[in-house]
Amino acid sequence: MTDTTHLNAMPVETASRRPGTFSASRLLQSLGARRIMVLVALAVTWEIAARYQANPIMLPGFLDAARAFIAAVSSDGLLWAALSSLAVLLKGYAIAIVIATALVSLSVASPFLRDALQTVAAMLNPLPAIALLPLSMLWFGLGEASLLFVLVNAVIWPFALSALAGFEAVPETQRLVGRNYGLRGLRYVAQILVPSALPSLISGLRIGWAFAWRTLIAAELVFGVSSGQGGLGWFIFRARNELMTDVVFAGLAAVILIGLVVEAVVFRGLETVTVRRWGMLR
Amino acid sequence: MAVAALHIPVPASTIPVFEARGLTLDYASARGTVRAVDGVDLRIGKGERLVLLGPSGCGKSSILKAAAGFLTPAGGDIRLRDRPITGPGPDRMVVFQEFDQLLPWKTVLDNVAFPLRVARGISRSEARERAREALMRVGLSRALDQYPHALSGGMKQRAAIARALAAEPEILLMDEPFAALDALTRLQMQRDLIAVADEIGMTLLFVTHAIDEAVLVGTRLHLLSAHPGRTLATFETADLGVDDVGSRRFEQVTREVHHLLFGSARERAA
Repeated sequence: MTDTTHLNAMPVETASRRPGTFSASRLLQSLGARRIMVLVALAVTWEIAARYQANPIMLPGFLDAARAFIAAVSSDGLLWAALSSLAVLLKGYAIAIVIATALVSLSVASPFLRDALQTVAAMLNPLPAIALLPLSMLWFGLGEASLLFVLVNAVIWPFALSALAGFEAVPETQRLVGRNYGLRGLRYVAQILVPSALPSLISGLRIGWAFAWRTLIAAELVFGVSSGQGGLGWFIFRARNELMTDVVFAGLAAVILIGLVVEAVVFRGLETVTVRRWGMLR
Repeated sequence: MAVAALHIPVPASTIPVFEARGLTLDYASARGTVRAVDGVDLRIGKGERLVLLGPSGCGKSSILKAAAGFLTPAGGDIRLRDRPITGPGPDRMVVFQEFDQLLPWKTVLDNVAFPLRVARGISRSEARERAREALMRVGLSRALDQYPHALSGGMKQRAAIARALAAEPEILLMDEPFAALDALTRLQMQRDLIAVADEIGMTLLFVTHAIDEAVLVGTRLHLLSAHPGRTLATFETADLGVDDVGSRRFEQVTREVHHLLFGSARERAA
């Protein structure tokens, strides 16, 4: 059956891919090319605006920022700052996923607990986790424990809501199929419910990651020096205090790059080998 | 339980594969408990194909769910090889109407092999070997490594049938498996199912609302009336096969069944 769809699609493909018809309009159709063009346009505008303003403390140019980025990576400890941020982030993320998984498992087993979890999650989800930082500092002091508390709060609620929605959306037929095989308890959850809810689970992991990353950088802007080496947020804050604005931009670029790489490699990759391959997500 | 005292051991060959006595099923609705099925008796011997036929609301799907163990009867007795049915199990594999009954995260081959490994503890390689055989039997040997989303509706139902066959259940339960297919595919599927069933002596409980399908597939028809489901009549149709479609006898039986189902409904309405 797939063979025939291929055959049907073929003439259209060849018609649009005639050799030697390289043109600007063809180039515009490629997503990668379009993105690069947008990025180049942004960099050029930035550089022109900076040169026009001629005040590198307020707005350093794109080339200065790029140079500062390379220097910061090779000598100023940007890499260490990024690693220290990521280490804290992964710790908080892992704790949050373990707790959320336990909470969601309990609520799948009991309707009362499900309602309870939904209520709490719906209440805490709209609260930006960074708003808990003052309380967290009061309870846990200026240190990693404070950061972790805020991080865990940033991840648990969106992930739990997403996971719950995923488990509830498992088709009745697939549930019956699992029971028909005689699957029960943990095996039923692991072999039917989890794979069936995987699109929502991955989406929950992804939202949790994005929240955690934002929250952590924001929290590090407030304090960082006492949590060991200090992370990316602290790196940015320190650079600004020293009026090295090009280094501030280098720090921001690192935040963006790490966010993009995790999104494109980890989450997109996870989706490609699972739910996209299975046709559960297009 | 005076009956139990009089119970005389019977030779295994006369024990039906599936038996329901006075089967009564309720379901809970907003207005309280509603009776779906009221005192239905069924008996399916080895190699028989019993078709439950009736309008919507006659409880035919509920009976199948009870047989599968998804639904606990409110009354009566339901047995598989003389053992009471208490819950779902792979000795009663179900083929559903819905196309999403295949697990989308497994290839066609693994979809068929999975219940063998879960239910029978068969090794991976042997389960796959049996799955390959079953898929060949239903004409799907070209699609072994496809994921279900790449299959047409008819191919999905074929894979679901192969999955049920491979598990070698005591009885196969089919809940309107061809209802969502186009007419041509449905016809082909009915013929192929009958061919396979004859070949392996399949014991089948088949639910449908299509009279021609019932007469074609079944060796016996069990007609049900609606609200609540009660036995209306039974028909022996073992002698009517694929070659008899369109024959006088086939048409006659179809008409009679139609009259019983819809004629009686009209009389009651009048």
